[in-house]
Amino acid sequence: MSKRLCVNICGVEFKNPVIPASGTYGYGREYECLYELSRLGGISVKGTTLNPRQGNPAPRVAETPCGMLNSVGLQNGGVHRFLDYELPNLLKKDTRIIANIAGATVEECAEIASLLNPSEVDMIELNISCPNVKQGGAAFGTSCKIAGEVTAAVKKELPCKPLMVKLSPNVTDITEIARSVEAAGADAVSLINTILGMRIDIKTKRPVLKNNVGGLSGPAVFPVALRMVWQTANAVKVPVVGMGGISTWEDAVEMMMAGAAAVQVGAAIFADPYAPIKIIDGLEKYCEDNKIDNISQIVGSVEPW
Amino acid sequence: MYRQGKYEIIKKRAKICTGFDLKIFDFTVRCPEIAVLAKPGQFVQIAAEGFFLRRPISICDIDAVNGTIRLVFEVRGKGTLKLSELNEGDFIDIIAPLGNGFTFLPDKKAVCIGGGIGTPPMLSIARLYGENAKVISGFRSEPFSILQEDFKAAGCQTILCTDDGTAGVHGFVTAPLEQMLKTEGVDIIYACGPMPMLKGIAELARKYGVRSELSLEQRMACGVGACLVCACKTVKNGEQILSHVCKDGPVFDGEEVDFS
Repeated sequence: MSKRLCVNICGVEFKNPVIPASGTYGYGREYECLYELSRLGGISVKGTTLNPRQGNPAPRVAETPCGMLNSVGLQNGGVHRFLDYELPNLLKKDTRIIANIAGATVEECAEIASLLNPSEVDMIELNISCPNVKQGGAAFGTSCKIAGEVTAAVKKELPCKPLMVKLSPNVTDITEIARSVEAAGADAVSLINTILGMRIDIKTKRPVLKNNVGGLSGPAVFPVALRMVWQTANAVKVPVVGMGGISTWEDAVEMMMAGAAAVQVGAAIFADPYAPIKIIDGLEKYCEDNKIDNISQIVGSVEPW
Repeated sequence: MYRQGKYEIIKKRAKICTGFDLKIFDFTVRCPEIAVLAKPGQFVQIAAEGFFLRRPISICDIDAVNGTIRLVFEVRGKGTLKLSELNEGDFIDIIAPLGNGFTFLPDKKAVCIGGGIGTPPMLSIARLYGENAKVISGFRSEPFSILQEDFKAAGCQTILCTDDGTAGVHGFVTAPLEQMLKTEGVDIIYACGPMPMLKGIAELARKYGVRSELSLEQRMACGVGACLVCACKTVKNGEQILSHVCKDGPVFDGEEVDFS
């Protein structure tokens, strides 16, 4: 592989701009039998809470046209299991590791951050946008004031790590939230998390999800995500990492043209576990065909009417 | 260890009873690298054109020598209907083999129990036991019955039950199972089917002190253990925990399944 796809985000060099998104790739173990994880630019691992968390009751998934709803509810083994069991394995994989904080309170997020700060993770992503939990999550990410407060509290505990804040699309104006977290010390923002949705089984009159509502992802959300990344990239100075419905290399190029410095790939992996690899190969060929020395040259290159 | 690829359907059979709105399809797929890895009780994730999520389908039979697996599924919705429209010579996108299969105990005696469309995964495990396996199959009515000749060809003794008495024993599978547990030496029970049936089987297994392995179902997305959507309630060491059907199962020890 050439250096054409190499990107730098907040001082962290990624060998390519393609990163499986948090919650869609576990800690990488499930995909190692198909390809080397070192092919990936990085991995944003499953969101971690301070203590183990069971998540929501099943069914947790519903299919939708060109996508799916999920209501997993942040099931994870807690930060200590991540640090003691998952991280040592991930550090052998020669790819960038982004830890993802998903605490229910400002204090919990700050405590997780303080535990991650001395670890060898490359970057921290703060999830203020999970739609499937009652506390924290979207409750943080839909208020400029609270989004700023939690960002500042977490940043204070992270003198050694760049902090990326993952934003919710379930807001009137995502650029306001982005500006708030930027002012509070975020080194980057990532967007979008899933869009709150619902399905009903007409035979039983019951919602398909036991949680009633859940987060929509997949190609269905891509145009919404692209629009929000474009607006946000024009509103903040920090790097923007784009995600939401990306399933092909062409989608990734669009997302980068809209202003994303790198992309995350999520639900597409469920349909095709090789999706991230196909996107990387597609971007490499795109650069070659278009004589682009480095993929970063296309970031924000859209020429609006 | 699993593989993903596009594999050819080399044989397609159908059982269609329009009076019952019943459509069951039987595909044999040539996929040597999957067939050599597959174990009884594991499943495949198949992509249905035009649908975002793959469909999990249990592996019915495995022929590692000829490099084929057999998939028997019922049309339950639009996705499985789309799959059923595929023909011999068409290629299907499969991720397999997935999950943990059944534990095979050589030289022991097994009872394999299938309820309705839970019957197919019993064939590959029953085949390993041959005449040491007794197969109890339960269906709503005679037209729904499947695979009975295949079990016999594998050397197994078969007992057919129907809810309405139109064939075999009138009633549920648990009655002939209890009779066997009372009178014969049974080392292990394998079962797949509706939750009430599995619950009844787990209770009988406990009552007679026989090991049981139950195959569960849940709505899935990734199928490999990454997305965590296919949660099911289990008990381990007295503690209730949420397991995942795709990776921790689909086969669970009967003592671990929480039916509450």
